[in-house]
Amino acid sequence: MRIELTLNGQRVCADMPADATLYELLRAQGMKSVKCGCETTNCGLCTVHLNGRPVLSCSQLAARCAGAEVVTLEGLQDEAQLLAQCLADEGAEQCGFCSPGLVMNVLAMAHELRSPTPEQVDRYLAGNLCRCTGYMSQRRAIAKYLKMREEGAR
Amino acid sequence: MTIREYARPETAEEAWQLCQKRQNVVMAGNMWLRMQRRAVGTAIDLSGLGLDFVRERDGGFELGAMATLRELETHPGLEAAYAGAFARALSPIVGVQFRNTATVGGSVFARFGFSDVATLLLALDARVRLYKGGEMPLEAFQRAPFARDILLSVFVPGGAQGVGYHAMRRSATDFPVLAVAAAQTPGGLRVAVGARPARAQLLCAQEREWSDARRAEQLQGMAFGSNMRATADYRRAIADVLVRRAVRDAMEGKQDAD
Repeated sequence: MRIELTLNGQRVCADMPADATLYELLRAQGMKSVKCGCETTNCGLCTVHLNGRPVLSCSQLAARCAGAEVVTLEGLQDEAQLLAQCLADEGAEQCGFCSPGLVMNVLAMAHELRSPTPEQVDRYLAGNLCRCTGYMSQRRAIAKYLKMREEGAR
Repeated sequence: MTIREYARPETAEEAWQLCQKRQNVVMAGNMWLRMQRRAVGTAIDLSGLGLDFVRERDGGFELGAMATLRELETHPGLEAAYAGAFARALSPIVGVQFRNTATVGGSVFARFGFSDVATLLLALDARVRLYKGGEMPLEAFQRAPFARDILLSVFVPGGAQGVGYHAMRRSATDFPVLAVAAAQTPGGLRVAVGARPARAQLLCAQEREWSDARRAEQLQGMAFGSNMRATADYRRAIADVLVRRAVRDAMEGKQDAD
């Protein structure tokens, strides 16, 4: 079936089977940042922004997204740069497989919450699993990023 | 799961007609449905019915079946009316991304045993509204056999003086091992126990003489089961603690950490 949506600001028309997920549509469109890590709607690797909200693209039926606005990490390169730098500085990446999903959710959080407390950050990002880092370096990087982002906004 | 055709009906009648066929399936959030092994004829997407609302009505709140768990969790009206119990019950579920898509209708209609939201709604004496089946108490719906109907909304009455919610998880974001909701309603104390692991059940509905002895007696009469997360005995043991905490919060109108 034909599915029209806006992907990273561009109108896209994709021909997908009725049971294709948004994740599959995005991969077919060449969005290689979007990964499927768990197959059980849990790990957060496939996070994209759907009409401005972070969702798991693996559980969204592509057909339901007709007419929607979808943003992947490919569409947020500029905004993600500072966060990527903070993650690198804190050694918060090892295999890097989960990073795009984490970055997308951190950016969604930065849009949604103002000056979140460390506890709010943990809660917001609880659905992003990483099997390498143990999270401490990620938490430091994210705290640093949020502080720099806030200072930059002033 | 495979799907042959996709339909987004614009009326409840159309959705209902489609769901009368055995191979068709109603799709809410598609969080758990996608993991089933089945060949679906037509997936009936309810997102075209305008059911993604939370609105005040008759002193309570009407939750559209397609309202997401995240919407309930962050709704200021629900926060004020039910002592923050929605946020407390729902925020430990998987992650924000999951809760942005998982719907109240999906969790309630499927009668998932692990449903935090169904446990809380049961304690709040919620009523479900079905397209053909009409309105009925959630408690009756939980016990009724599955019917090919469309869940339109859930009504949560107001007037709860205090609401407590305590769940235990083996690790953050996991299914609850046990979930307990207590509400001080105009009719008396109402306590629901979920993730037993079977679907949530009322421990008491209009309790006015709450005591240790009453609690022990009521828990004795409740069935608990075993699964990979805990044994029946373990659940029974922690039920006593979680019920006490949830009731204390409901009575005192405060929320303590688990």
